[in-house]
Amino acid sequence: MLDSIRPLFKSLAPAVDFCSLRIVDEASEQIMVRQDVLQPLSTSIDRGAMVTIIHGGGYGYAATSDLTASGLKDAIARARAWAEASAGRSVVDYSAIALPRPSGRYAGPMAAGALTLSRKELIELLMRESRACKTDARIVDWYASLGITTSSQLYLSADGADVQQHFRYVVPNLAVTANQGADTQTRSLGGQYNGYCRQGGVEVLDHAGFYGAGKRIAEQALELLAAPNCPTGKMDVLLMPEQMMLQIHESIGHPIELDRILGDERNFAGTSFVTLDMFGHFQYGSALLNVTYDPTRPEQFASYRWDDEGQPAEKIHVIRDGVLERPLGGAISQARAGIAGVANARACSWNRAPIDRMANLNIEPGNTSLADMIRSVEYGVLMDTNVSWSIDDSRNKFQFGCESGRLIENGELKGVVKNPNYRGISESFWRSLKAVGDQSTFNVMGTPFCGKGEPSQVIRVGHASPACLFGNVDVFGGES
Amino acid sequence: MQQYFYDIATFLGTRIQGDEQYKCWFSAEASDFVRFNRSVIRQPGHVRQMYLSLDLISGQRHAGSTIALGGDLASDRSLLDRAVDQLRAQLPDLPDDPHLLIATEVHSTEHRAASHLPPTGSMVDAVLTAARGYDLVGILAAGPVYRGFANSFGQRNWHEAASFNLDWSLCQARDKAVKTSYAGFEWNSAEFHAKFLDATQQLEMLKRAPITVPPGVYRAYLTPTALNEIVSMFNWDGFSEKSLRTKQSSLRRMRDEGLRFNPAVTLCENTAGGLAPGFQGDGFIKPARVVLLEHGNLTGSMVSPRTAMEYGIAANGADSDESMAAIDLAPGGLPMSQVLTALDTGIYVSNLWYLNFSDRANCRITGMTRFATFWVENGQIKAPLNVMRFDDSLFRLLGDNLIDLTQERELLIDGESYGERRTGSGHLPGALVKDFTFVL
Repeated sequence: MLDSIRPLFKSLAPAVDFCSLRIVDEASEQIMVRQDVLQPLSTSIDRGAMVTIIHGGGYGYAATSDLTASGLKDAIARARAWAEASAGRSVVDYSAIALPRPSGRYAGPMAAGALTLSRKELIELLMRESRACKTDARIVDWYASLGITTSSQLYLSADGADVQQHFRYVVPNLAVTANQGADTQTRSLGGQYNGYCRQGGVEVLDHAGFYGAGKRIAEQALELLAAPNCPTGKMDVLLMPEQMMLQIHESIGHPIELDRILGDERNFAGTSFVTLDMFGHFQYGSALLNVTYDPTRPEQFASYRWDDEGQPAEKIHVIRDGVLERPLGGAISQARAGIAGVANARACSWNRAPIDRMANLNIEPGNTSLADMIRSVEYGVLMDTNVSWSIDDSRNKFQFGCESGRLIENGELKGVVKNPNYRGISESFWRSLKAVGDQSTFNVMGTPFCGKGEPSQVIRVGHASPACLFGNVDVFGGES
Repeated sequence: MQQYFYDIATFLGTRIQGDEQYKCWFSAEASDFVRFNRSVIRQPGHVRQMYLSLDLISGQRHAGSTIALGGDLASDRSLLDRAVDQLRAQLPDLPDDPHLLIATEVHSTEHRAASHLPPTGSMVDAVLTAARGYDLVGILAAGPVYRGFANSFGQRNWHEAASFNLDWSLCQARDKAVKTSYAGFEWNSAEFHAKFLDATQQLEMLKRAPITVPPGVYRAYLTPTALNEIVSMFNWDGFSEKSLRTKQSSLRRMRDEGLRFNPAVTLCENTAGGLAPGFQGDGFIKPARVVLLEHGNLTGSMVSPRTAMEYGIAANGADSDESMAAIDLAPGGLPMSQVLTALDTGIYVSNLWYLNFSDRANCRITGMTRFATFWVENGQIKAPLNVMRFDDSLFRLLGDNLIDLTQERELLIDGESYGERRTGSGHLPGALVKDFTFVL
């Protein structure tokens, strides 16, 4: 299908300053076993195109699931009409922006071909893990799930851009809920928002620790029922990658998105405490903090070779030794702001226009082992796996909760605590970073669910991180 | 569009074999989306999409597929054929589904509202003209939205409405802004200009130097918009019967221990008064009203067909996520004109933002104030308030700490557009509360 659309688009493209066609063709399958019952099996085929036209300084797009010649003609006419309607009254002279004209092919790991396990085998696997969950009468709910999506994307411009990319996304999860009296506790495999999602094949299940997870996660949920509430006070907090991914996402990723800084999101997703004048010198975190926009880890969830405006993607430090260097902004935002960014103009599908998204945003590993970090703590809490997140619209005042915690006293790990929460302010929180875990603590994670944009978009992002230790954090637990 | 969908249904009827049945859900729209920033256009465009979710059923086995369609049956037939073939091929691999409940009684319905929308370009012109001299950011979404259901028993349901939703903020500085929405089925210039004028008047108050108050407990007034954010948290499995039975609902202590909200709280899913279709995804017709909270007591829940089948109870029109689509909170006795006087000294909260549970078992929620939130003294607005984080249990906030609800209510139309434009709505009063806990 992708090959046949090239000549059609070339024949229909109008004489304008710029015209592109972006096709997304995705096939998905969702399998879930809940309480040992296979839930309705769901597959999907989502295929459509977005035409973008820039002309006379204006910009317009039109998306359609009608990929016939008449469908594309109609989309081109609508995109052109919006470009003409917005000319002279847009945020920027779009015609003055030099968008790239890339050419090439990219395939992520295991992007083509069948999985090595059949649907029937996958259902049996999920059923096996589900059946292992019910270890105790206090287990009241549980599920094992797997999502698999293959995505083919084509980006053409009338004047030479021609990029084809193929990906396979694998999203495993498993969660167990235990109840006793008024208390209900849930543990999951990497978070209920699918932290162990990756690109690849069935090896993603190995990385996620999926095999044997049912019994293991059930035991952890029961352990929480018997645990005391997390203590309250100012103390050290050791965050595992399953929580670090959320901490990075909310209090580094969103604040440094260039479209937020430019004000595009002030009505919905919010603004940012970061301003353009802070790049190049603002001390975002302690000198231990190194953050990269990194599309080069092929297994990571949001890796790609070009973004949705054709900009080639490469690994770039956005924070180096604690100093803020670059925003996360694609070619159009860079031109509007007059500042270098990264290749992160992305759309969640064919029916939404590209905006600045964080893609893979990672913390580079440091050189402290987990054992050494624990040994350095006099009193604190290790927190694992996000369960609650809330942050203000400037991405500053945050409050996050985790599924599980462990007390640390006098350099030793102690018992499990439940309902661990902490709060802080992004602008100063990262400067309390006391230690960054080494490679042995590093994990590659992500989520399919990052929401933003008008109209709204949910997009895939990746976050890899080591465990990190923070000092003097405001910690608290649940109601007594 | 309706005929196209019914033609699909007829076509599918010719493709099933033997004991097979089918049901399908149709969701489509033709939407203009125009983003604004700094009172000019950021990103304008059009989206034409149509999705069919088809479920092929054989006995108690079934499998589903959602496909994007082009809109012309002649060219879509091959997509539909392939989908049916693939679903048929999947069935032998699947076990019986013990929780499958099929709508076998035929209840066909039709709701079609003729479009009264002006060209989107003229609405854009009106917005940009009004916004001159201000810093306006937001979005205009406009166009028809279609929902349909059909099954092999002959049931046909159709819902079609053309609407617009202008959702915008007038910004003062940094995070200080007045957020307003104007939504409906007919664009009325006088109504738009009245709303815009209200927003500019609030904007004047935001020009005063903002203040910060220390964490603590405060008397507060929550506008209907702010209260809607709180009530919408019940859509995170609060009223879900499945979640209540598996002890995950934030309201489970109301059922298990008899906890209750303030007697002023009466809440229902009011399909008859809302904007969402009157049928759910499996073809069951929604009752006009489902009372969920009556005088503070949990009296109902949202029961999907699967949950009904699993527990041997009656379904009540809920979709599979068992959430509300037409929130209706009964009014109270406080006239809106008396809100500032009744608040006396405290926080006037126009908007809340980014709510989440900090302790679900105790229905404890955290979130932020946002946009035009003011510090009020002696019934007078004194200054805008810098954003504050609250963290409080709704068993307190909507329990003993609820002083009153307003007599007047506002109809709030869901403007979200993740994947597709929503059809949900809320009809709520404002709330005057005491001892609202702010923590940061």
